[in-house]
Amino acid sequence: MNVIYIIWLRQLKRDLHSRAWIIAAFGQPVMYLLALTFGFGPFYQKASGLNYLQFLVPGVISMGIIFPAVLSGMEIVWDRQFGFLKETLVAPVSRFKIVLGRILGGATLALIRGMLVFIFCLALGFRIENTALLPVAFAWMFFIAVFCASIGTVIGSLLEDIQSFQLMMNFFIMPFFLFSNALFPLDRLPQGMRTIVSLNPLSHGIDGLRGSLTHGFFFGAGADLCVLGIFTAILFILASYLFSLIEP
Amino acid sequence: MIEVYELSKKFGDFCAVDRVSFSVPEGVIFGFLGPNGAGKTTTIRMLTTMLRPTGGRMLVDGHDPVKEQYQVRRSFGIVFQDPSLDEELTAFENMDFHGVLYGLPSWERRQNIEKLLCLVELEERQDELVKFFSTGMKRRLEVARALLHQPKILFLDEPTLGLDPQTRKRIWDYIKDLNQGQKLTVFFTTHYLDEVERAADQIAIIDQGRIIVNDTPSNIKNKTGSSSLEDAFILLTGKVIRDEDPSAMDRMRLRRKFRRKR
Repeated sequence: MNVIYIIWLRQLKRDLHSRAWIIAAFGQPVMYLLALTFGFGPFYQKASGLNYLQFLVPGVISMGIIFPAVLSGMEIVWDRQFGFLKETLVAPVSRFKIVLGRILGGATLALIRGMLVFIFCLALGFRIENTALLPVAFAWMFFIAVFCASIGTVIGSLLEDIQSFQLMMNFFIMPFFLFSNALFPLDRLPQGMRTIVSLNPLSHGIDGLRGSLTHGFFFGAGADLCVLGIFTAILFILASYLFSLIEP
Repeated sequence: MIEVYELSKKFGDFCAVDRVSFSVPEGVIFGFLGPNGAGKTTTIRMLTTMLRPTGGRMLVDGHDPVKEQYQVRRSFGIVFQDPSLDEELTAFENMDFHGVLYGLPSWERRQNIEKLLCLVELEERQDELVKFFSTGMKRRLEVARALLHQPKILFLDEPTLGLDPQTRKRIWDYIKDLNQGQKLTVFFTTHYLDEVERAADQIAIIDQGRIIVNDTPSNIKNKTGSSSLEDAFILLTGKVIRDEDPSAMDRMRLRRKFRRKR
């Protein structure tokens, strides 16, 4: 237990020591939020009669979580490059605990970022339908964070150098985000696109968050929970396995 | 304290360590020497549970590094060839992290960290981020960290590489003190043969994966009729520079990358 805690704490401390990163991770979703709300908002309003901001906010909060969570997992590559990974790998602790601590640490950091974005959205005029569901919404945010940190850990265990980092971000994580229901609703999509988006486990995480904040669920809370839960479990096991293969 | 019998490690058809046998008694400072790529680091990696051997047997503090990883890991401290600190944490946080990983209770951590940071003269800098430390300070911190859980064996893989003579001397002073005071067994590699001459009780020279001598420094000098260990070393391992050959690690990395691309 102590081991998981100290690894979790390390992730947090590292982050608090370098403040620039927080601003960088916070800036991206806010930029999306402003550009898309002002850019597409009027069209959306005209087409559906609904407020785009109300729709977009859960997606943008998710964005604020997804990227830092994935990055935190991929930090394994950094730790390997700078040698610190060896220190944890020759210690008399199980690799499973190390992975668990890392994922929880990364997820916590991502959750904090998501909260910041959330507060910003409230200031911008976003309204929560049911305040009683707020804890549920936070739980969904953390759930998405754990899922994404697990993806990051899987990638981080496979990558060998920092150079492939950016490539992964642009060609894997970005489409993962774009082909989800973060930025647009599913109901009027062409069938093919709709299938792709529905198969994306991230869509279920965002749907869960959106459901508890505003519009109600598209897939249904139970389905969301099942899909995201199963995928998170698989990724977590895969991450532990791949991490245990790393030779220091 | 360390027993190695016919230990081998092959990377594909390249034999990095070839049926090596030696033993290190408790409380001895053991120098493991050899040209670049001779198999020193590979041997350390096998002894410290990081790499599985392809043949032979070893015992570290009475345990098998392959089968009893946790017992072995608890018995040694290690200073790696490359830096291994978390630069974004302070000196104290690095130490504390290590202490928790090795299961020390918090009172013991606090006490040992204070003592060891004093020993390596970093107690006043303990709350500074490691990234602002000089190379020598980082090394001293790594030595302190390796000793935190009171290991019986200390592995040092080129611990003084790139350090100035003052720091080198200081580091060796700490290590020799601990060796004499607490009967700490020390297993180290280095290219500075003056250090070996001053510190080591026993030496093994490895070349191309095989041990060519295993004796005390003075015996080695006498046997080869050399006035210094450096002369003896050159005499035994030849004058050819080995850097052109990729080291065992490089070979492994290359091969791994290559395999993945296919």
